[in-house]
Amino acid sequence: MIDTTSYSTIRGNSTEYFTLLGWLALMVLAGLGASWYMEHNGHWVTGMDNQVVWGTPHVFAVFLVVAASGALNVASIASVFGKTEYKPLSRLSALLALALLAGGLAVLVLDLGRPDRLIVAMTTYNFKSIFAWNIYLYTGFFAVVGVYLWLMMDRPLAKFSKGAGTFAFLWRLILTTGTGSIFGFLVARQAYDAAIMAPMFVILSFAYGMAFFLLVLLALYRWTGRPLGDFLVGRLRNLLRLFVAASFYFVLVYHLTNLYGTENHGVERFLLLDGGVITALFWVGQVLVGYLAPMALLYHPATRESRANVVLASILVVLGGVAQMYVTIVGGQAYPLNLFPGYEASSSFFDGAITAYAPSVPEIALGLSGVAMALAIVTVALKVLPFAAEDLSDARMDPNSAAKAE
Amino acid sequence: MSAPASDPRFESARRRFLQGAAALAAVTLAPGVTLLAPRAAGAAASDKVRWAMLIDTTKCDAGCDHCVTACRDENGWTGHDRARTDPHWIRKVDLRDRATGATHSLPVMCQHCETPPCVDVCPTGASFKRADGIVLVDKHICIGCRYCMMACPYKARSFVHEDVTGQKPHAPRGKGTVESCTFCVHRVDAGQQPACVVACAEKAGQGAMVFGDLNDPNSEIAKAAGRHVTNRIRADLGLNQGVLYHGL
Repeated sequence: MIDTTSYSTIRGNSTEYFTLLGWLALMVLAGLGASWYMEHNGHWVTGMDNQVVWGTPHVFAVFLVVAASGALNVASIASVFGKTEYKPLSRLSALLALALLAGGLAVLVLDLGRPDRLIVAMTTYNFKSIFAWNIYLYTGFFAVVGVYLWLMMDRPLAKFSKGAGTFAFLWRLILTTGTGSIFGFLVARQAYDAAIMAPMFVILSFAYGMAFFLLVLLALYRWTGRPLGDFLVGRLRNLLRLFVAASFYFVLVYHLTNLYGTENHGVERFLLLDGGVITALFWVGQVLVGYLAPMALLYHPATRESRANVVLASILVVLGGVAQMYVTIVGGQAYPLNLFPGYEASSSFFDGAITAYAPSVPEIALGLSGVAMALAIVTVALKVLPFAAEDLSDARMDPNSAAKAE
Repeated sequence: MSAPASDPRFESARRRFLQGAAALAAVTLAPGVTLLAPRAAGAAASDKVRWAMLIDTTKCDAGCDHCVTACRDENGWTGHDRARTDPHWIRKVDLRDRATGATHSLPVMCQHCETPPCVDVCPTGASFKRADGIVLVDKHICIGCRYCMMACPYKARSFVHEDVTGQKPHAPRGKGTVESCTFCVHRVDAGQQPACVVACAEKAGQGAMVFGDLNDPNSEIAKAAGRHVTNRIRADLGLNQGVLYHGL
């Protein structure tokens, strides 16, 4: 089918546009400063240590990487599954996916002990490492989605975009499987070591990516005054609530599976009952803010039609997602490794002790800079190339709108 | 005039002497401390050898940490009095049986797994295992991602959280990279025992640690491993570590 949608760049010359860019640039600079501070002094100035080796930067980085693959979903639904009503959103979807991945990877790299050795990571591989696979999957994602975008935007070539879209969809599934497997393959840590990690991350990516996409879409069309009808917003809302419900299901299965084995009761007790901040973040952040509240808002007839509630629910899903990554990444390490089952262990190296991790300001600044970098890339790209459809009103998008009007 | 150390005739004579000494296999310097066969200069580590350590926890006192001190002195991994971030190549772990209340004390360090998870996950191959079973970190290509620390079941690795001082030429360290016990590879290659083993025998007078080639049936460790019931930590993971424990 020929795409007759008109796309155009945004003007991007208002005070608000430059104010937004200015704030984002400041956040990116703060992150770069934080990274320099951490590298210059060494990581002891952060909250991370030899017990919790991955901290807040990884929470944001993994969240952004997962969200990136999910943000591509809207384009996939159009290209792969033939839902043409989503087609006008495909370019924005692909752009956001690239931007989120760039933001996430930047945080990951800037937290390395030796970020100056990035070239080593790009040239020296151990092919048994999931990390090494991910380096290929991530760089490949840029290439695959980049080509997909080009085929979508170069109209004479648009007929090839379905194939490219299918390839990108498969690539993103493998990519998120790889991200989940970073944790799933860690046999020694009781909170990880679960095959369900990989599909769970795929489902999480659907929710995080859709929430991010909705926020960017709604902000973009509101701030530029372009028409965006309730038909599309309603469709995306329905997908978001479904993805959130599916995420909740996977998390339930993950914990119930863990609870079945008595050996894991200790770590589950820590996560779900007496883990302090981790437990609070699980129940309040992940479950209440991340799943229950958005599901209530998006399913209940009294609230689901309001666009403000869609925005609110999307923000909650994002916040819940960050909480979930915190519980997964920090919580999984804060609980001690069980070297000697049946024994109480103690040592000068915190054997048998639960680690109290507190994020430091530089870590938070670095993490947030990844979000800012992603949004800044989108903000600038929208001004440079025609990613955004001009008209997404119901009259244009909803096949039933004419009938309704009669 | 004496021959300079680099004189090949002297070197080969030294090697012959040391190899001969090792062949005797019973040259006991202190309880549990024997000479090892040195690796010839320029020769690759051999997969015929499986360096390993047997720790007899029944001889290990709770208050004793001579092995830890000796390792720190030998390899120069001094900290900054910051417990959370200071490195630990080796540590003493105190155990209390939840059921019986029985207590044990034992040193834990890199377990030099036959199939090390840290080597599996390392993206650059900086974590590697030598043919003779010693697991090491190549400090030149470690990017400091800490995935190996996530993967290690024994909490054996430390991340260098700040500037390093007082480095030893044989044990290079680097801020922003990961490090762990090397089995004193520099000593082992020179035909000497690891510093912790020597300290346990000489300073603690215990000889709770035996080091040697598990593949050599005449080695002290192979004999000791044959005499005792030995365990490996988290043997359920099937990593076939090079560090064995007796008495747990």
